Amino acid sequence: MKKSNVVKYNKWGYIFLIPFLTVYGIFQLVPLISTVYNSFFENYRSGLTQIGPNFIGVQNYISIFSTGDLWKYFGNTMIMWVLGFVPQILISLLLGAWFSDPSLRLKCQRFFKTVIYMPNLIMASAFAMLFFTLFATTGPINSILQQLGIISQPYEFMNHVGSVRGLVAAMNCLMWFGNTTILLMAGMMGIDPSLFEAASVDGATATQTFFKITLPLLKPILIYVMITSLIGGLQMFDVPQILTNGTGDPMRTSMTLIMYLNKHLFSKNYGIGGALSVFLFIITAILSIIIFRFSGNRDAVQKKAK
Amino acid sequence: MKKKVVSAMLSAVMAAGMLAGCGEAQVQQVAEAVQEAAQEVEKEAQETTAAAADTAQEAVSEAVEEVEDAVEEASAGGEGQVLNIYCWNEEFKSRVTDHYPGYTEVDGTHGTIGDVQVVWNITPSDDNAYQNNLDENLLKQADAAADDKIDLFLVEADYALKYVDTEYAMALADLGITDADVADQYEYTQSIVTDSNGNLKGSSWQACSAGLIYNREAAKEVIGSDDPADVQAAVADWAKFSETAKAAAAKGYKMCSVNDTYRVYSNNVSGKWVQDGAVVIDPNMENWVNDSMDLVQAGAENTYELWGDDWAKGKTPEGKIFCYFGPAWFFNFCLDFGQEGTIATDGGWGFCEGPQSYFWGGTWICAAAGTDNASLVKDIILTMTTDPAVLKEIAIADQDCVNSKTVLAELAASDEGNIELLGGQNPYAELAAGAEGIDLSNLSSYDQGCNEEFQAAMKNYFDGNASADEALAQFYTAIGEKYPELTVG
Repeated sequence: MKKSNVVKYNKWGYIFLIPFLTVYGIFQLVPLISTVYNSFFENYRSGLTQIGPNFIGVQNYISIFSTGDLWKYFGNTMIMWVLGFVPQILISLLLGAWFSDPSLRLKCQRFFKTVIYMPNLIMASAFAMLFFTLFATTGPINSILQQLGIISQPYEFMNHVGSVRGLVAAMNCLMWFGNTTILLMAGMMGIDPSLFEAASVDGATATQTFFKITLPLLKPILIYVMITSLIGGLQMFDVPQILTNGTGDPMRTSMTLIMYLNKHLFSKNYGIGGALSVFLFIITAILSIIIFRFSGNRDAVQKKAK
Repeated sequence: MKKKVVSAMLSAVMAAGMLAGCGEAQVQQVAEAVQEAAQEVEKEAQETTAAAADTAQEAVSEAVEEVEDAVEEASAGGEGQVLNIYCWNEEFKSRVTDHYPGYTEVDGTHGTIGDVQVVWNITPSDDNAYQNNLDENLLKQADAAADDKIDLFLVEADYALKYVDTEYAMALADLGITDADVADQYEYTQSIVTDSNGNLKGSSWQACSAGLIYNREAAKEVIGSDDPADVQAAVADWAKFSETAKAAAAKGYKMCSVNDTYRVYSNNVSGKWVQDGAVVIDPNMENWVNDSMDLVQAGAENTYELWGDDWAKGKTPEGKIFCYFGPAWFFNFCLDFGQEGTIATDGGWGFCEGPQSYFWGGTWICAAAGTDNASLVKDIILTMTTDPAVLKEIAIADQDCVNSKTVLAELAASDEGNIELLGGQNPYAELAAGAEGIDLSNLSSYDQGCNEEFQAAMKNYFDGNASADEALAQFYTAIGEKYPELTVG
């Protein structure tokens, strides 16, 4: 009697899953498969003339790997991501700890939480345009620095590798630290308060509490933040694209993988574009697995060992 | 009874009038239908007696239906009600708004000409967005509903061949525009839009011969005179240009951006960008690289990108720029005339021919194959690009160098051609002479991509971020991405 009831309820579970599966199938699975399929064809447009699609096997993959540019753009992407992610996670941890610590009795919490989330609401392209104007050679930042007497000649921010990458990283950091803070804070609030109380009774300092209790228990959330940020970072596009006007200059040192992909879409080159996307998919998968293995699954592994 | 019949007939005619479109053909068809219906009614009215009023009424309503059908047919057989124009900025729209008789503006992207609704589809050129959008829609043209079909689209010289040399652009002859109609235009403006079979497929209201637009204040300071002849003598060839630039640098000015001089060099090349499927770097492009690098290192030129904020600073006295390179549309469109604090507002610019003659830009109007508004399209092309009265109006109101030999000659000879922002100078004689001398035998459909990528890649060299060879390698990489079918390097 009970068993058949369970089966009945299970049926509803599957029915409720149908909308998700349909949407997933149409908007994710089909494009995913067709991307892989497209990557084996020569298929582009020259002017208004369509060339292909002709089946050419793995020729597209050979051509993207043979130039070696791919690894350069991959490197650029990772450097800009790390430059932005490290300060972002540090700031977020600090803010999260402050916000979730009841002993600090912070006022206007709601207000500050909203304010730090604000940059995320601005469109990335608008944000990049703003920075582009601010840091132009004759722009306001240069004139302020000159008037303060810090520099005598305007510094050409867009002509130096470090400053362009730095600006991209700074923008990503600014845009996403609020989001990360909220996530980490949620994680911290989920930790049992009795642990903190016990620690303070035992005479632990705030630093000790943070490193010995908060951080270890926050690990699942930290991993989630890291993986989502990594995937977002690998897909970095709008900020550097707008900031460098699509060139990735100087000498393509700020060109990300997706910007490179976009270059091929000028000629509607679905073949090379598909091959690049597949490469990106595999890289993302590998990196995610690495992070998961190294930091996340230790507990699970230990449990299994027990 | 008779009264009834007459009033029914009147209402039928009125309904027909209301339903009818504006085209002459339609009106005629409707009129015929109404006449027929009226005759029928009259006949029936005569045949029947007063008692048969009901039958007459029926006949009238039948007649009205017939008229309605006729009107529907007439509008289906005539011209479309929507004129779709594809362009990348407001320029042509403002020309049509100001100078095309009968055009009424409705809002930013809509207008009307008579009963026809005009829809402006404006997509900016940045990142190739305009062409991408146009490509998609031209490829769908055959299947599009009549009201969605592209009727007119605009092209620039850099990529005109990409569209003109296909069946998507209509030959002007097929619209009924003859060689005699366009005889007063400059030849180069026609060779750009002539396809490989010799069909003329577009028309422009502008002749964009260009020259050097100099800052009079700077010229007085650097050369000691702001007279066009004296300035011309100081920039007569690239060696003198370079000397003057260095003198300007000593006075705290920058001559211009390396990208300003680019087109002067690229217009005077000895061969096409792409020959036999391979990219070829012309010796004159190498000259541009070497001359520019020399001036950048001397602090006499900057490397700002055209249209950027940094580049635009030169329009004010604080920008400390000696000159811009540009054609006539540059006066009106790019120098911020009328804005507080610009050189243009004070009439502080001058114009001379510059080191080499060249042209820049211009907008060509093409009729899209499959248009459902052929006669209106024809009229717009004829009015906007060949009517001397309209062209003269455009020249005076907007300082465009118009595509008409007679109008330019008239302007050069009269005070009407004096331009306020040039301090009252009349540049039309120089502009007309320049337009006659332009040679476009070295255009190819790859020009836009090649020019853009060459400038972008070489910027790295000028800024000291790469050697000349590295920058060239990057140019080849970028071309390989844009045009997979070409051999590079």
